[in-house]
Amino acid sequence: MAARPIVAFEDVTKRFGDFTAVDRLTLEIFAREFFALLGPSGCGKTTLLRLLAGFEQPDTGRVVLEGEDLAGVPPYRRSVNMMFQSYALFPHMTVAGNVAFGLKQDALPKAEIAARVDEMLGLVQLRPFAGRKPDQLSGGQRQRVALARSLAKHPKVLLLDEPLAALDRKLREETRFELKELQRRLETTFVIVTHDQDEAMTVADRIAVMNGGRLAQVGKPVDVYERPNSRWVAGFLGEVNLIEGHISEVYPSFVTFESESLRLRLPHADVAPGAAAFALRPEKIRISHQMPEAAAENGAAGVITDIGYLGTVSYYKVKLDSGRVLKAALMNEQRQSARPIHVKDRVWLSWAPDAGVLLSD
Amino acid sequence: MQGTQQRDWVTRAAILVPYLWLVAFFLLPFLIVLKISLSQTTIAQPPYTPLLDVSTGWDGLKAFFAALSPENYATLSSDSLYLWSYLKSLQIAALSTAILLLVAYPVAYALARAPRRWQGVLVLSVVLPFWTSFLIRVYAWVNILQHDGLLNQALIALHLVDAPVTWLATDTAVYIGIVYSYFPFMVLPLFAALEKMDNTLLEAAADLGSPPWRTFLQVTVPLSLPGIVAGTLLCFIPIVGEFVIPDLLGSSSTAMIGQTLWLEFFGNRDWPVASALAVVLLAILVPPILLYRRREARIR
Amino acid sequence: MKRFGTVNLTALALGLAFLYLPIAILVINSFNDSRLVTVWAGASLRWYRELLRDEAMLDAASVSLRVAVLSATAATVLGTLAALALTQRFRGKLLFSGMIYAPLVMPEVITGLSLLLLFVAVEIDRGFWTIVIAHTTLTLCFVAVVVQSRLVTFDRSLHEAAADLGCPPLRTFLTITLPLIWPAVASGWMLAFALSLDDLVVASFVTGPGATTLPLRIYSEVRLGVKPEINAVCTIMIAVVALGLIAASLLTKRSAGSAQLGGRA
Repeated sequence: MAARPIVAFEDVTKRFGDFTAVDRLTLEIFAREFFALLGPSGCGKTTLLRLLAGFEQPDTGRVVLEGEDLAGVPPYRRSVNMMFQSYALFPHMTVAGNVAFGLKQDALPKAEIAARVDEMLGLVQLRPFAGRKPDQLSGGQRQRVALARSLAKHPKVLLLDEPLAALDRKLREETRFELKELQRRLETTFVIVTHDQDEAMTVADRIAVMNGGRLAQVGKPVDVYERPNSRWVAGFLGEVNLIEGHISEVYPSFVTFESESLRLRLPHADVAPGAAAFALRPEKIRISHQMPEAAAENGAAGVITDIGYLGTVSYYKVKLDSGRVLKAALMNEQRQSARPIHVKDRVWLSWAPDAGVLLSD
Repeated sequence: MQGTQQRDWVTRAAILVPYLWLVAFFLLPFLIVLKISLSQTTIAQPPYTPLLDVSTGWDGLKAFFAALSPENYATLSSDSLYLWSYLKSLQIAALSTAILLLVAYPVAYALARAPRRWQGVLVLSVVLPFWTSFLIRVYAWVNILQHDGLLNQALIALHLVDAPVTWLATDTAVYIGIVYSYFPFMVLPLFAALEKMDNTLLEAAADLGSPPWRTFLQVTVPLSLPGIVAGTLLCFIPIVGEFVIPDLLGSSSTAMIGQTLWLEFFGNRDWPVASALAVVLLAILVPPILLYRRREARIR
Repeated sequence: MKRFGTVNLTALALGLAFLYLPIAILVINSFNDSRLVTVWAGASLRWYRELLRDEAMLDAASVSLRVAVLSATAATVLGTLAALALTQRFRGKLLFSGMIYAPLVMPEVITGLSLLLLFVAVEIDRGFWTIVIAHTTLTLCFVAVVVQSRLVTFDRSLHEAAADLGCPPLRTFLTITLPLIWPAVASGWMLAFALSLDDLVVASFVTGPGATTLPLRIYSEVRLGVKPEINAVCTIMIAVVALGLIAASLLTKRSAGSAQLGGRA
């Protein structure tokens, strides 16, 4: 990754009437990254994308591409291309015509255009469909045409607006990997907007989690998932147990967190005594019928109240003696009949000392 | 200013060109009508004073405004002929709009219920007459309603009457002509509303025990209300100012405001009074026009 | 499930009969050899021959056609621009849309009178060109409404895609928007053409010497009594319009296929 970002948002704000879609946002995206903007609807991620594409102008701040301020630069003069959620294929042109459209605007020689179109169609495996019109294609094929069209001009940055939203699940998963492969091969910067966490986690090198027009957290998928910086981020990405309590002791080698009947001994963290939450992901919790050795410091006892079977994994709701309910997840390694855990069983929950995160926000 | 839409010259031209045309040829004329309505008639070309002579500068302007008078409006209110003309126009417009609604509704309903394959052709055949000349269609009725025209021939042949009935130059003929000419203007909005109707609502009503006639009155008609309102406004407003139909099929005693205005203008050469008539007519029509526009705006 | 019962069928049949009977009678009478409409004296083209000898009428037809073509074209250009303008937000839009929608319902005597007064005030000689201007103004509103209803369903992201791929606004309009809305633009033209050809009231106000349109001519003749020649003129006009409409619907049906799916949000 280059030291200087290829795209930078500097203190950007965008308002629509009373509604602030993007709120003094600063963000850097580096060249050759696959960057994801993730967040619930209305968080501003699409607006951010459109600010980069040029369909919106920021009210304050700057949008910078390769060191150049894009203020006043219309979309047709930016070396950024977008793949639209609805694909936006020109219905009166063939597949080849659509892909060639951007190249024609640059007035490239015919032979070069034809060669580039062929190259792009080959990239997305649609060469035999070059002469077809969009209404003669399936949803997945249309998506590939949109992708080919947006890459034809070899843009510096490719923007993808929920590109897989319209596809069915199987196709979505297959296409995710293809996208990642493509990005690696082309070495183009991809910026994808999605509300699907699995998608963001799968394809992205870095994720920016957004909420209410602001950045909640930016980092690699593993960092954002394992080390969320706030209750909101922890809750937004996947499942989490949020245990409210307080930090009672802070020592150089460990920290004590107390909550009702729980008293946890956690590795040292840069925190101060006071109210905090302990975020623990369900898959980090082990369930056993006997009390494990480590349980005294990082565990609890309870009764299984509910089991949710999801094929790959099962979720177990455990009601602790204190009344609190924790959710644990275990892979279904054995067949259901061989599983020893049943509802109403009395079990011990335990987890590694560094499995969870202390949050003050 | 950053943040607002930056408009390129193309879009700006696209807005400006029609805007200027309409201001010049639509708005400005209305202002002139207003001005003329406050002027007096003279034997001159043009037949009114005062004329705005900008060359005389500020004094000319002051003199201009001083010479304006609401005299013509006084004339309008004093002579009961004009009042009668307005009322007659409103009456004819209201009644014929009501007739149009009653006559067009079954046809629109039938069109909406027609099998999809035929709908296009059927709608086209209802609209086709509208594409032929308005004048021709009114003239066709002159043909039929003549003393020895087809209607009388048919009535006599069917022994419904003994002697030819005078149809032309009556209010009845005007009603027939209006209903005939404005038929598509009522059918199309009704059809559009009825066609959009969700049939499952009718099925739900039937499922809950409602007989067809009650379903029609309590479900279909209320749901088609937007179409009814649209059709009513689309017909009523222009009918008030109709000229050709009462002129060809009616008589001078039909006295619709369109005829009166025409007479004042071409017959009496009294442009100021004619203008005053137009201004008052416009004032009467402004509420329904605004209503029509607000509906359009809400739909957009 | 839509049922199409006998009640509906009757309503439709009666409605269509009501609409077409007067026209049918007109057409039949145009081939009637007798002067009187009451008597059928055998089929003949007598009145068509008389028509061809009637210079005034042919002159009027020529004027009408020229006015119609010019005003329809001007109205289509202005109306399409106006429809595009209506998709934007700008100051004074309220007034603008008011000016667009009002003529649709305004009584023609008012528009005719006001335009005449304008021409007099600005001292433009009334004649051919004032009719063209008047018709353009009157019909551009209809074109705008027709094109606008098409633009409402137009997929806005196509414009953005074009811009994103480097296409400046004017070229986007010519290569993307126009090809996809042309059926609406064409129907707008035809509507404007028919309205211009048909107009009597406005033309009466703004006409001048040497610029008698066909409706004006027919009108002055009709006031003197029913002339069989008029039937012939009317029949020809009906035939022309009918052929034009059929041609138009065939044309739009062919292109409707490709424009159907795409361009629709």
